[in-house]
Amino acid sequence: MTDVRGYVAVFGGLMVLTLATVTIANLSLPTGVAVALGLLVASVKAALVVMFFMHLKGERPLVLWPLALTAFLCLFLIIFVLWSESDHVQTAGYRLPATAEFLPTS
Amino acid sequence: MHGSIPYTAEVRPDTGLTNPKLGIWLFLASEVMLFGALFSAYALLRSGDLAWPDQSTIVSVPLATVNTLVLISSSVTMVLAWAALGSHRKASPGPDASTPTERLGRYRLFMGLTLLLGCVFLGIKALEYADKFSHGLGPATNNFLGLYFTMTGLHALHVVGGLVVNLYLIGPGTRMWTSDPTRFANRVEVAGIYWHFVDVVWIFLFPVMYLL
Repeated sequence: MTDVRGYVAVFGGLMVLTLATVTIANLSLPTGVAVALGLLVASVKAALVVMFFMHLKGERPLVLWPLALTAFLCLFLIIFVLWSESDHVQTAGYRLPATAEFLPTS
Repeated sequence: MHGSIPYTAEVRPDTGLTNPKLGIWLFLASEVMLFGALFSAYALLRSGDLAWPDQSTIVSVPLATVNTLVLISSSVTMVLAWAALGSHRKASPGPDASTPTERLGRYRLFMGLTLLLGCVFLGIKALEYADKFSHGLGPATNNFLGLYFTMTGLHALHVVGGLVVNLYLIGPGTRMWTSDPTRFANRVEVAGIYWHFVDVVWIFLFPVMYLL
């Protein structure tokens, strides 16, 4: 039953990383740092699920190469969007509270 | 020959994979681009918006944290359901070797838990949506809520689809365990790969929609 123990170990890691994500969000870090750390932890969690639950670790190259291309294209899409916006990113006004002027009045 | 679709139990000699295994990964690659497009829409709209609200004051971080733990748990029970069938292990006679009926029973237990946890996830999602609507907040309220409802709504539809497939696999689908156990186990594995992908999407949705 060693594969069961492996799955349970990954599950434990995912639980810890989920709580870490919430803790990091509550630390009042600068926005850029918070975003980077949050996405880094999410990526580690995703990698654990993909490698061990989806059995991608040790999978054939015929599966790995299309996924690598997809990951590259998806990342490029998001990074390209951010890059094209980078000269006029609206940093003033980030994390404004949900006050009346931004939500409809009842 | 197993039905009309070849290489569902044995691997293709040229690819070394069963057809469903390759098929599900290629399908998931297209799903990555579907959700990736929406994540890039979030990046575009938020980076250009002067008045982006503090998300955690609109949506409930504690509820979403519980939902994250629920979905991760369902991923574990899903993979344990596949592992319970034991078809990936070579036959090993011995005092602890379980019968096919015992293995099907353990599989049903874990698949049942997966279905239950999936329903709990959707229930919590329904609570969240109902709370928003009761306060007059909907997809048309602002860009954040438009993205929130679109992305979590699309994700919830994917959860529903996975539940429908899993319901078949715990019910009428188990007939195949007696007629073709290897093919049935491969079906469960492929359904599991889809279910884990739905979990991975939520792993990214949670920090982006609730914590950033």
